[in-house]
Amino acid sequence: MLEHYLGLFIRAVFIENMALTFFLGMCTFIAISKKISTAIGLGVAVTVVLTITVPVNNLIYNYLLRDGALAWAGFPEIDLSFLGLLSYIGVIAAMVQILEMFLDRFVPRLYNALGVFLPLITVNCAIMGASLFMMERDYTFIESTVFGLGAGVGWALAIAALAGVREKLQYSDVPEGLRGLGITFISVGLISMCFMSFGGIDI
Amino acid sequence: MQTPKEVLIDPIFNNNPIALQVLGVCSALAVTVNMSTTLVMCAAVTFVTTMSNVLVSAVRNRLPSSIRIIVQMTLIASLVIVVDQILQAVAYDISKSLSVFVGLIITNCIVMGRAEAFAMQNGPWLSALDGFGNALGYSVVLIAVALVREPLGSGTLLGYEILPRVADGGFYYPNGLMLLAPSAFFIIGLFIWAIRSWKPDQVEEPTYQIAPNMQYREAM
Repeated sequence: MLEHYLGLFIRAVFIENMALTFFLGMCTFIAISKKISTAIGLGVAVTVVLTITVPVNNLIYNYLLRDGALAWAGFPEIDLSFLGLLSYIGVIAAMVQILEMFLDRFVPRLYNALGVFLPLITVNCAIMGASLFMMERDYTFIESTVFGLGAGVGWALAIAALAGVREKLQYSDVPEGLRGLGITFISVGLISMCFMSFGGIDI
Repeated sequence: MQTPKEVLIDPIFNNNPIALQVLGVCSALAVTVNMSTTLVMCAAVTFVTTMSNVLVSAVRNRLPSSIRIIVQMTLIASLVIVVDQILQAVAYDISKSLSVFVGLIITNCIVMGRAEAFAMQNGPWLSALDGFGNALGYSVVLIAVALVREPLGSGTLLGYEILPRVADGGFYYPNGLMLLAPSAFFIIGLFIWAIRSWKPDQVEEPTYQIAPNMQYREAM
C-alpha cells in the first residue's frame, strides 16, 4: 500500500510535473521566476495550498457533486457534477483567503515572506488543474492528498530550477529579439526536456 | 482614449496577450498538438473572453471593489460551465481530448486580466471588442504553434495527410519531439523572437549592460 502512494508521489513530482509536462501555472511560472528566493517562497505557498485544496475538493466531489453522491441526504438520483468548476474555484479562493488569515495571525513570519503571492495563487492554473485531474482520475481521499503534495513539490522544484537558470542568464549576451521572454521560454523547454528523462521510470 | 479599431486590432500583434503580456500561456501550449483541438479551444476562449468582458463591464458600477474578484470569478466560471456542457453535448471526442483544459479557461489569465484591466474601466461595447481582439491575438499564436506541431509531428493537418509518412509508404520521418511538451516552448520562444524582430519596439531592455572593454590596448 505504501509503495502505491510513494509511486504516486514520485510520478506527480517528476514524471507528470505540473509545470513542465502539463504547462500548468505557466503565467506565474514565467512572471515570478527572476530571483531564486522569491521563486522558492512562491513554490512553498503553492505546495501548501495544493495539499489543502485537492483533498477538500475530493471530499466535495465525492460527497456532494458526483452522480448519486447525495444518496446520504436522501436524493440518490441527483447529479450535480456540472457545478464542479464553480465550486472548486470557490473552494480555492476561500482556502487561500483562510490560509492568509491563519498565517497572518499565527505564523506572521511566513506570512510576510509570502506577501503578495498568496492572493495570486487563486488564479494559478496549477491549483485548479490538480483538482480537475483528481476528478478525472478518480483518486481516493488519501491518494488525492499525496497527489496534491507531489504536484506542489514538483511545481516548486521546477520554478526554483528556472529561477536559477534565469539568474545566471542575466549576465549573458542574448540576441536582441530573444531577450527576456523569448529566451525564458527556450530555457523552460530545455528544463522540460531534462525532466522527460524521468519518463521511463515506472514505480 | 483608444478608438474601437485600435482596441480590436492592437492585441493581435502590437500588444499580443501571449507574446508580450505573458497571459494565458498555460493552455496555449497544451492543446496545440493537433489543429482541430486548437481551433475548438480558440473558439471557446474567444467566446468566454468576449462575454466575460461584456458582463463584467455591465456590472462594473455596482460592484464593491472588495468583492470584485470573486464576482468576476463567478461570472467567468458560469460561462465556462456553459461552454463545457455545450462541448460535451456537441463534440464529445474533442471535449475528451481537451480534458481538463476547458475547465482551466477559468484560471486562464487572459480572461481575468482583461476583465480586471479593461472591462472594469470601459463600457460594454469597447470591452467586447477588447475581449474579442485579445482572444484573436491568443488564437493567432495557438494556430501558428499548431501549424508547426501537427504537420512536423504526425504529417497531417486537421487530420488530412500533407506529409506522407514513411510508415505509410511516403518519404517523411515524423519528428516525435514535436508531439512532446518541450517543442511547444521552443516554438513559442522562436515565435516571440520573430514578432520582436519585426517590431523592434517590443524588445526588452537588458538588466545588465556588459561594460565595454576599457583596456583593449593591453590585449593587443
